[in-house]
Parts: sequence; structure tokens; C-alpha cells
Amino acid sequence: MIFSFDLLINAVISGILIGGFYAAVTSGVSLAFGILDIVNIAHPAFIILGSYVAYIVNATFGLDPILTAIVAIPPFYVLGAGIYQVYYVSFEKRGQESLRGLAFFFGLLFITEVSLVLYFGVDYRYVDAAYIGPTWHLADVDVPLRILVPCIVSLLMIAVLQLILTRTFIGRAIMAVAQDQLALRLMAVDPVRIKRIAFGISIATASLAGAFLIIIQPVEPSVGREYIGRVFAICVLGGMGSLPGTVIAAMLIGIVESLTSTFYGPSWAPAVSFGFLLLTLAVRPAGLLGR
Amino acid sequence: MRTPTFLLICLVIAAVVFTGSLAVGNDYVFFAGYVVLQYVVLSTAWNILGGYCGYVNFGTAAFFALGAYSTVAIYKLTTGDDSYSISIPIPVLMLVGGAVSGVVGFGMGYLTLRLRGAFFSIATLALAVVLETLVVNWDYVGGSRGAYVIRPEEIALIGNYIRYLFLIMMLLAVAAITVARLIEHSRLGYGFATIRDDELAAEACGVPTLRLKLIATTISGALMGMAGAPFPYYISYLQPDSTFALDYAVNSIAMPLIGGTTSWVGPLIGTLLLGSLQQIATVTISSAVNLLLVGCLLVAFVIVAPNGIIGLVHTYLQRKPEEFVGRRRVDADAPEAVP
Repeated sequence: MIFSFDLLINAVISGILIGGFYAAVTSGVSLAFGILDIVNIAHPAFIILGSYVAYIVNATFGLDPILTAIVAIPPFYVLGAGIYQVYYVSFEKRGQESLRGLAFFFGLLFITEVSLVLYFGVDYRYVDAAYIGPTWHLADVDVPLRILVPCIVSLLMIAVLQLILTRTFIGRAIMAVAQDQLALRLMAVDPVRIKRIAFGISIATASLAGAFLIIIQPVEPSVGREYIGRVFAICVLGGMGSLPGTVIAAMLIGIVESLTSTFYGPSWAPAVSFGFLLLTLAVRPAGLLGR
Repeated sequence: MRTPTFLLICLVIAAVVFTGSLAVGNDYVFFAGYVVLQYVVLSTAWNILGGYCGYVNFGTAAFFALGAYSTVAIYKLTTGDDSYSISIPIPVLMLVGGAVSGVVGFGMGYLTLRLRGAFFSIATLALAVVLETLVVNWDYVGGSRGAYVIRPEEIALIGNYIRYLFLIMMLLAVAAITVARLIEHSRLGYGFATIRDDELAAEACGVPTLRLKLIATTISGALMGMAGAPFPYYISYLQPDSTFALDYAVNSIAMPLIGGTTSWVGPLIGTLLLGSLQQIATVTISSAVNLLLVGCLLVAFVIVAPNGIIGLVHTYLQRKPEEFVGRRRVDADAPEAVP
């Protein structure tokens, strides 16, 4: 292949943009897995659920997908809090989270996916919005708005999350629960309640991430699986629970994936994140910005 | 019971089942039975790592597919054109498939098992995606179009080829169960159990945890690969999407967890129940509904009956002492649980 500078710049730009979206997808996992130590492998399934919510509302009322997702945050939060309650009572309390907790989330992933298949079929679904069609041309660089808009909103969402985590009482309590539950209890804070809130927030991010996903590409129920490896690769590479680390890692993987699919063909792209994951685990398990 | 006796009993049962299936006189029994037996091997293999060591492997499909695709690769290699065509016997293919999967399992384990358990699980999940990417891009074994494997119509002495495949899978199932039982009652098994119960304490007591985990991953992976090796001959058209399907992973996790993970009996019971149920549901309802059923059963069992059917039976048989022990354990934990 002839090396072309334009191609390279375009690939890097689109990698950064798609990386912004990956950051949104991963932020929920960074919260649940990185901070709370809950290996929620069903997270991509909740993202697909978010996509379908955006799709249904968009198809019936013509509402903007991102707006829909923001409205859908409270129900998703409640769903997350409910799931955590079940998880806590059935597994964490009994000290069985390692084997059976994992199987539980795997079952949830499977149930969500198969239910969506049974209800909607395996057709690809998409949404309509003003910013989906057009593309900005800046010099030689193409910036499709359908990726730019999710990227910007995603970075905003992560900024808000980071502010919540570092500036509010609840946020600081969430950071504390990751470090020392007993100490938190001594401060008269219920760690279970804090974790429930945190997990609720984690699932709530899936609502937005789902809307971004269906804006960027058509969605069918099993699309979520492609994201499992990617999401955890980003989470581990970013340093487990560090949101700035997540954004950096997401953009890094976005860029490498985009370069891979530009220069070697898109069918190779899924292997990138796994390569990163293995490399990180073997060389620096603490990740880029790990504590 | 000593292992040779156990093996003999298993073989007798296998012979009875085989003659029984012959007596039905319908080859569909063999088609359906093959799938159930395949899951006996997969769930037993999964349980060696998952149940004995407590490390969750989500990559059953990956190891299974490795076995299947090594068969396809060998098939393409040996039957290039009409001028030469050697047919490699299936047991040899199984050994090759098992070796390939075992090596991959070892490599995966070496990279990820030194870290916390969750990392291993996530890596196995990603392994399936990556292997699928490799296979889709590898035209020699069919790529995304899939590969045809022409199976012989008949085989000497046994008749229809599906009966031969059934018999082979049955023997592999017997072998897998025997290996699992052997491990359970050996030093290796006790070592695995210490890892499952408290890895840190085991390490502190001088149990070579990494080495044991690697052994478990290798054996488990190899058995899954062996189960996959005859699959191209069974299905005769192998396609990446169906070979890497999540069904294998969810089934091979659900079956041991529903049966009970601490002994070889659990996966067997779970598979026979769930596998037969699925075969019936696939025919009578639909295959999507039957997968939903598996998912719901899995979630229900891990929440309500964490020790599976074996645990339920155990509790029922020894209700009094079990309850006593249970209460004491809960009491000991109580100050922790109430904030």
C-alpha cells in the first residue's frame, strides 16, 4: 500500500473521535470494575439496551437520540441500583462474587441479548437526527458529524462524572469505598448504599453510550459482544477506575484501531484491543494512570 | 472406587447407551445425542478449571473452535485435490486439536493467571473475538465463507457415519469424566481446591498455585479442543459465526453451575438435564427460546441454589447437620454483614 499523509491524518482524527465514544462506553465499566471491583461483563448488553431505547423513542416520537438518552438516565439508574441490590444480597454478602457473580452477569448479558433478538429480530436498527448525514471538510480532513457529536457529548459526560467523583460528597465516598470499606463504615457511611449509587451511575452511563452507538452505526442485539474485549482492554489500559486514564486509553485504542483498519483492512480491527489487553496485562497491569 | 473399576463401569454404561440408541432405529437419536455428549465433555472440561480452581473461563467457544479449525486445516492439507487424498482417523485429529487448544490455553494462562481472577476471565472472553477475527481473515480454512468437510457415508462395522461420531464422542466423554474424577481425588485436585477456597493462604502454605492453575487451564483447554475436533465432520459445513457462538460458553458455564461444581457428577447431571431439555426445546419451540431458557436457569440457579442440584440433594439428605453448620457459619460472619 502506498503510504499517504492524508490517509494517516484522517485515520488519526477519526481514531480520536471514535476514541471519545469508546471512553463513554468504558466509563461505566471503569466505575463498576475499576472502582467497585464488580466485574460487570453485561455492561455492553446494557449499552445495546440503551441503543434500543433511543431507537424506539426515535422511531415512534422522532425525538433526538441523545435527548432521549438523557431522559432515560433515571430509569437506567434505577435498573443499575436494582441489579446491584440483587448482586449484593446473592453474591457479595456470601463472598461468592468471583465465580457465581461472574456467571450471574454472563447470564444477564445472555438474557438481554436473546430477549432483544426475540422481540426485535436480528435486523439492523438505526436512528434519524439532523447531524447524522453531514460531514465537515476541514482542509483534507473529513469530520463526520455523526461521530463528532457523540464524541463531544461523551467528553462532556465524562467531565461531569469526574466532577461528581472529585467534588461531591457522594463522589468522594465512592472513591473511598474502593480504598477502604471499613474506614467508610467507621465514618458512619453505609458502603452498600454508596456502591449501589455508584453502580446505578455506571449503568446510567450505558443509556448515553447506547444512544451514541446507534448514532454512529446501525445496531443489532449481538453488536455488544464486540465491545466486551474492547471495553475491558480500555479499562485496564487506562488504569482501572481512573476516568482521565480511560479517555487517554480509549483514544489510543481508537487511533490504533483506525490505523489498522485503514492500512490492513477493517476485518483486523477487533484484534487490536485484545493485543493491547494482553500486552498491558503482561507488561504493566496497573495501566497508564494506575494508582 | 478405584479408577480402573470406575472406568469399566463407565464403559459398560456407554455400551448400554450405544446399543440402546441402536435399538431405537432412528439416526436422529445419534444426531441429538452427539450434541449432548459434546456438552458433557465441554462442561466437564470447563469444570476442571472453573469448578475445581474457581477460575471462570468464558472462552469455551474459542478452545472448541481451535479444535474444529485444526481439523479443517488438516482436512484441507490432506485432501488438496483428487490425486492424493489421505483420510486421517478422527482420534488422531482429536489429539491434534487437543494439543493446539492445550498450548493456547497454557499461553493464555501464563500471561493472565498471575493476576487477579477477573483478568483471566476477561482475557478468555476477548480470546474468542480475536480467534474469530483470525479465522475470518484466514482464507485457507474458509474465512468468513466457511468450509465444507465431506464426511464418508458409511464406516465399516458400525454403519452410518454419525453412529461412529457418536461413539467417539461417547468415549471422549467417558475419558473426560474419568480424568476429572482422577484429578478430584488426587494431590492435584486438593491443590486446586485450596486455590478455589483461598488462593493467598494456599500460596502461603507452599502450594505452587501458578503451576497448578496452568495445569488446570491446559487440561481444560485440551479437552475442549478434543471435543471440537470431530465437529466439522458432524456439521459438515463449518462457519466462524456458528463455531464461535456464545452458546458454547453459556452452556458450558450453565451446565456445571446448575449441576454443582465441586465434583465430576455435577457437570454430568447438569448437562444431561439441560442438554436434553435444549434438544427437546429446539425441536418443539425454537432455538432462541431455548437459549433464553438456559440464561434464565443459569441466573436463577446461581442466585437461589449456589451449589447446584448436588448442593440441593446434599442439603436434603443431611438437613440437620448441614443447617447447624450453616447457622454457625452465618453467626461467625454476622458482625461483618451488619454495618
